[in-house]
Amino acid sequence: MSYFSDIYKGIKTLLTGMSVTGNYFIHARKGAITQEYPDNRETLKMFDRFRGEVVMPHTDDNRHRCTGCQSCEIACPNGSIEIIWDRAVDPETGKKKKKIDKHIYHLSMCTMCGLCIEACPTDAIVWAQNFENSVYDRSKLTKILNQPGSSVLDGIED
Amino acid sequence: MTDQQVQNKIKTEEYFINMGPQHPAAHGVLRLILTIDGEIIKNVEPDLGYIHRSIEKMCERDSYQQIVHLTDRMDYLSSHINNEAVCLTVEKGLEIEVSDRVKVIRTIIAELTRIASHCLWWGVMGMDLGALTTYFYAFRDREMINDIFEETCGARLTMNYNVPGGLMFDIHPNFVKRTKDFIAQFKTKIPEYNRLLTDNVIFHKRTKGVGILTREDAISFGVSGPVARGSGFSSDVRKHHPYSAYDRVDFKEILFTEGDTFARYQVRMMELWESVSIIEQLIDNIPEGEIKAATKAVIKLPKGEFYQRVETARGELGVYINSTGNKNPYRVKFRSPGFSNLSILNHISKDVLIADLVATMASFDFVIPDIDR
Repeated sequence: MSYFSDIYKGIKTLLTGMSVTGNYFIHARKGAITQEYPDNRETLKMFDRFRGEVVMPHTDDNRHRCTGCQSCEIACPNGSIEIIWDRAVDPETGKKKKKIDKHIYHLSMCTMCGLCIEACPTDAIVWAQNFENSVYDRSKLTKILNQPGSSVLDGIED
Repeated sequence: MTDQQVQNKIKTEEYFINMGPQHPAAHGVLRLILTIDGEIIKNVEPDLGYIHRSIEKMCERDSYQQIVHLTDRMDYLSSHINNEAVCLTVEKGLEIEVSDRVKVIRTIIAELTRIASHCLWWGVMGMDLGALTTYFYAFRDREMINDIFEETCGARLTMNYNVPGGLMFDIHPNFVKRTKDFIAQFKTKIPEYNRLLTDNVIFHKRTKGVGILTREDAISFGVSGPVARGSGFSSDVRKHHPYSAYDRVDFKEILFTEGDTFARYQVRMMELWESVSIIEQLIDNIPEGEIKAATKAVIKLPKGEFYQRVETARGELGVYINSTGNKNPYRVKFRSPGFSNLSILNHISKDVLIADLVATMASFDFVIPDIDR
């Protein structure tokens, strides 16, 4: 007798499970969360806080906010950020002031922990939402964040 | 000669077979050296070290803020809870009291993490037993949690949202609404999970009475988390040693006494409801308060030893920090749940079939980077 009740129970639970999948089969696009990714590049918008890569925004006249205080370099857990800096004479006060020569960012080593951006006292570096970082040559992932010939905005002190 | 005599004349011997390091049912690079007699397992020897990254040693190099992001990479499915464990330990050392707002937000996100982790486990458990559908259903719901994390923390898996003293930044304005939407939707999905897998007869036959772990063995091997609670061992750190906001919410500790694979399965399924209930109690009135207690830029813990344990999705995670008063810890030790739970595997997998070992392992919910650190 248990033979037949086993068959009955087996078919019953099978149909119960299939009623769930069948329901989704009929309403296929209802509640779908999948995105057709490479095709929706134009409309795809990442969240504001999404950690894509570290960038340094520049104004139109090629000025940035980095004073070269190296807080980000110290905060970085694995040395993804290197800053090459120099001292230049301030024409107004005549004092020597620190300025960056190169703000080097190794995207290939970055763990996206966000500690550098939290550490920056002048908000010179921010997260960009770009995530398509695959390249054929690893050296392309070492980026110099400050643009050539750029200088720090007036009045930014750390 | 009779058949029996022929069989006695055939020489049989046990042989070794490697399950892993690359195996679809191993959930990572775990190598099990099986000693097999026919299809009956005689011995299981886990071989670790394939993804050892020396996280504990790296912690000795890093400052206390930098340690946090390394713990993301241990148990990546409960990364927020790992972060919380380190932060609680450091806060204990510094004797900082974080604000109520931080405590509540940490608890909500920790429970969301637990739901996401159990969702993934449920999908993979079905997949290990041959039901591929569960995987897609679980990932559909987990995606919503990942979106909540991405909007608030900026990352989906390795979040690094906790810092010693509080949180890195405040929650996103959409956080409460999104979480409520998710909870409302998820409550309709758990019964669906049950209809799809829990009530299935084939699933019962594969799991009931398989891999029985007794309460005594669970205690003596140091097993924790849902695995221990499936054997009736009350071991929930949230209940017995409340941290963050767990002392102000009302939730049950799920206990089953059977100790088999199905009991461990049921514990996790019931914990989904408990996590939902905890979030519902907290989400409506997140208290106001500062998001980050004032800490020095260079944190130096006083000389001494500090220990804090939390309940991750897999069990009890302990963080031990030995400080000599410098900006780096002298020694950091993580007591990870996966490692202790793995130690019982050989004990309960003797004289079972290979397919039953897969079912048992699925119910243990191993995350290999957690075991191997």
